Amino acid sequence: MSPKHDRRDKIASRAVQIGFLFGVILLWYLGTAYWGISRILLPNPVNVWTELKDIIASGEFLPDLRVTLTELAVAFTISCTTGVSIGYLISRSQYLIKVFEPLIASLYSVPIILFLPLYVLFFGLGEGSKIAIGTSISFFPIVLNTIAGFGYVDKIFITAARSMGASDVQMFRYVLLPAAFPVILTGLRIGFTVALLSILGSETIASLEGLGHRIVHLAEAMETARMFAYISFVVVIAAFLNTAVSALERRAKRR
Amino acid sequence: MSGAALKRTLLRHPGLARPAVVAGMFLAWEIAARWWIDPAFLSPPSKVVASLGELFATKGVPAALRITLWELGVAFAISVVIGLVVGLSVGLSRFANRTGMPIILLLYGIPQITILPLFILYFGIGPPSKIAFGVTHGMFPIIVTIVAGVQNIKPILMTAAHSMGASRWQIFRWVIFPHMIPSFFAGMRLGMTGVLLGVLLAELYVSTAGIGYYTQLFTQSFNPTMLLALVSVLAGMAIVLNEIVRRAEIHFGRWRS
Repeated sequence: MSPKHDRRDKIASRAVQIGFLFGVILLWYLGTAYWGISRILLPNPVNVWTELKDIIASGEFLPDLRVTLTELAVAFTISCTTGVSIGYLISRSQYLIKVFEPLIASLYSVPIILFLPLYVLFFGLGEGSKIAIGTSISFFPIVLNTIAGFGYVDKIFITAARSMGASDVQMFRYVLLPAAFPVILTGLRIGFTVALLSILGSETIASLEGLGHRIVHLAEAMETARMFAYISFVVVIAAFLNTAVSALERRAKRR
Repeated sequence: MSGAALKRTLLRHPGLARPAVVAGMFLAWEIAARWWIDPAFLSPPSKVVASLGELFATKGVPAALRITLWELGVAFAISVVIGLVVGLSVGLSRFANRTGMPIILLLYGIPQITILPLFILYFGIGPPSKIAFGVTHGMFPIIVTIVAGVQNIKPILMTAAHSMGASRWQIFRWVIFPHMIPSFFAGMRLGMTGVLLGVLLAELYVSTAGIGYYTQLFTQSFNPTMLLALVSVLAGMAIVLNEIVRRAEIHFGRWRS
């Protein structure tokens, strides 16, 4: 295919994408403003925009955002430290890997969100149960990737370093860590994403505060326009956090 | 068997040590629940297992499990159909791929849990909202894996078939289709995980007859025995469903190696 043709193709597909976005918004606007779709089911996009501006200008979102981000930070910190250290300890022996890795992997295939009612029973409706669910869901990708990272370092590197007289610390610092680091980073990124999702999810299902709770609260009050505004706000926050984490991962891997 | 001999056997066979670890965890749970933790919050596994019969005898629970299983099945079937149609149409055409894929990835990137209240608003609190929410979780991984699978076909195979005069249908039947099978089943496995997550989330969020109603009931009446029994049954169901698609994936991916 010629480069010129290729460029025309690219422009055409961009045009279709932009057209699609505009089409959706236009249909949304026409449907609500002229075709009489109920305001409760689908609010007018103009109203949503006004509500969004109001939310951001009034700073009303701050307490909820703080709660959600605190839960995320605590949950991610706990799952990082436990996941990486347990993963490292297991990865030190092929025997332990053989015993524990299939166990952890099969536990991972159970939808852990099922335990949410249990966590609510143990830790209450507040932050405790959100932190617990975020921690237990993000623990698995982190520990599995840590085991994969440390456990499957090429034997040649280890033997070479040993025969050249590397100490344990040197071995860790210059052989194991550089080899395992990218794999662990991927695990951390996946862990971060699932922690965020599960915390938002558990706030939606049962909670007293937080962004997920706010959306449910507005849904129950039938304030759909404001709910749509909050949903877009949360989507933007989540997209921003995920992009930031992916960028950090790429940067750390390049070194 | 003496202690040392037992230790040696376990060391030689990690497969035997695994059940031992599981047994140890259950033992720790049993001890903790019996002597340390308030029975209003945690029950020992022995009591949970014993209460399984009572759980199935509870009025409404078998029906709720049936409803959930039905929701899972329908949501999975719809996800597979949508995933297959969209995945193939986006994967097989260069233009559709360039245009559609960014839109699909954009939609996939939205944290769907935030729009769960909308599903209840549109589809009501009955099974349709659970099915719809399950479908939105299940179809995207299927679409993405099918697109990746179709695109990973070596161009040389397509060119060879083409130059030997194969028709479009023949190319699809003999080149694309067999190469798509492994990624199709990989997608089904991911889709099943997604459907399980979506349906269970929606069930836990609001439910009048499904399992979400009973988890709430047992939580609010501080009945950890029944709650744990119900959660175990559901976890078992999830494991069986996951295992079925995983086996299918292994089975149908074999021809390549």
